[in-house]
Amino acid sequence: MSFPWAKQYEPKQPLMRWLDEKLPVPRLVYNAVGAGYPVPRNLNYFWNFGVLAGAALGIQIITGIVLAMHYAANAGVAFGSVEGIMRDVNAGWFLRYAHANGASMFLLVVYIHIARGLYYGSYKAPREMVWLLGVTIFLLMMATAFMGYVLPWGQMSFWGAQVITGFFSAIPLVGETIRIWLLGGYAPDNAALNRFFSLHYLLPFVTAGVIILHIWALHIPGSNNPTGVDVKGEQDTVPFHPYYTAKDAVGLGVFMLIFALLIFFSPNLLGHPDNYIEANPLSTPAHIVPEWYFLPFYAILKSFTADFILPAKLWGVLAMFGSILLLFFLPWLDSSPVRSANYRPKYRAFLIVLLFDVLLLGYVGGAEANARNVVLGQIGSAYYFLHFLVILPLVAASERPRPLPNSITEAVLEKHAGTSPAKTALAN
Amino acid sequence: MATVDDRLPPGEDPTLLHEEVHDPRRRDFINIAAVSFAGVGAVAIVLPLVNQMNPSADVLAQSTTEIDISKIEPGQAVKSSFRKQPLFVRNLTPAEIAEANKVPVNSLRDPQTLAERTKPGKENWLITLGVCTHLGCVPLGAGEGENKGPFGGYFCPCHGSAYDTAARIRQGPAPRNLEVPPYNFNSDTVVTVG
Repeated sequence: MSFPWAKQYEPKQPLMRWLDEKLPVPRLVYNAVGAGYPVPRNLNYFWNFGVLAGAALGIQIITGIVLAMHYAANAGVAFGSVEGIMRDVNAGWFLRYAHANGASMFLLVVYIHIARGLYYGSYKAPREMVWLLGVTIFLLMMATAFMGYVLPWGQMSFWGAQVITGFFSAIPLVGETIRIWLLGGYAPDNAALNRFFSLHYLLPFVTAGVIILHIWALHIPGSNNPTGVDVKGEQDTVPFHPYYTAKDAVGLGVFMLIFALLIFFSPNLLGHPDNYIEANPLSTPAHIVPEWYFLPFYAILKSFTADFILPAKLWGVLAMFGSILLLFFLPWLDSSPVRSANYRPKYRAFLIVLLFDVLLLGYVGGAEANARNVVLGQIGSAYYFLHFLVILPLVAASERPRPLPNSITEAVLEKHAGTSPAKTALAN
Repeated sequence: MATVDDRLPPGEDPTLLHEEVHDPRRRDFINIAAVSFAGVGAVAIVLPLVNQMNPSADVLAQSTTEIDISKIEPGQAVKSSFRKQPLFVRNLTPAEIAEANKVPVNSLRDPQTLAERTKPGKENWLITLGVCTHLGCVPLGAGEGENKGPFGGYFCPCHGSAYDTAARIRQGPAPRNLEVPPYNFNSDTVVTVG
């Protein structure tokens, strides 16, 4: 693990030496996020987002534990207890707004983190396991976010739970039984609310565990970098601390600024007013939409309107789950040995199209299901699958990549000094 | 693990040392048997852990509902509740019955006649769950002045499924007709659902 030139932990104080012999936790920290972890010297600000996601999880766990001290997971009183948190609990409004918007911030930085991985080829060998664990974390986050949204027991909570558990009833033969088993009843009610609360409390800690594996798997090959070229020697790296602890702190400051703007100036911007109406099992809100971070997937779900061998409903559910499960196969769908899109002109162009495609799906997911939007959603969904299953393998096979720099250091010197050893050699 | 080189304890029968080598050996057999039984035990413990998720007795206890239908005029519908799910009780007009019977059954996504979805002699009483078979929203059309959709029955606002006057799926993503729960007429004016 790590590079041979990594700095070694050498405690000077007798107490720290004593601790290092008995329980080397400071050594672990030093080697993981301290001076003992050599990192490529050319990382840009996109490499902040892993740390930001970790910070967001920390914020969610802390605010969540405190909110659980005031929340009651009973269908009769849940909505009232959330209103109690908002009005009566000291600073309760702040904690709840921080938790609700914290979820949005968490998903936002994770989406940028995933996009970074796609652009710079961080999912490719030797980092496939890092990517697989990352997709697992994403799935856990989605489940946690969904169950958390049910807890206030407003109209969107209730109908979100009804629609999402309804996905399972699309499974042939056993679907309805599974749905009733998941809910503990025939419709979302007290049993469902209680189990969602229990799991919503549990899953962030499971996520934290998988994050440890994610970082562990990352630290074996070490971090990728914007050139995608492997580290060749000591001149290509700098110690994580203080170089990237400082750079991450800058990003964390910007993150906190945006987070504070949301909490203090527009706490309900990303929410839905219907969720301030208590759950009513006899009346569906006119326009059910999930939270913004699920909209592209919701658009894929809605895009199947006609039966074709299988019922339309089952197609929609399969496609929606498939759009995420597909990511597990990405390291093997893209066979190009070049990692960074900076040196892959065709892949880069198609990746930008994919970005707009996902934004289009996000728009369709939130829009009314009229004829135009259904067609837009169908085109967007088709392109999403086309990108991963057809375009990506073809591009990898046919593309002629731009020449790669010989090393990270050469790329850095070329950028900043306007010359490089290779160029000088060629000039002579 | 013991080996054949082990010193024979005093008083033991030396023939035990020349035991035939079986495949699997006795030790392997005991090992497999013990671990298998632990596995069976573990599975037995999983059963209640899985089963606790199923509807509890108090939830199942809500599974019959009595409804007085004497006040529902032809063309009217009421929303009630059955197992915490919305229930639509609709008194069809002769025109609505005629419209439902006019449709060729084979052309339907979920082929059923109105007669199959009602009780004999009570064809005007259409009793269904108010749960869209797509993803479970409550369709509109049972309340006064609600949108009944293009087929005059029910219309789900979530994803645009439209049901006809027999609450059969005609258009949109829902796979099946609105579910008819088990029910009986106690008298001409009282129905027990469930």
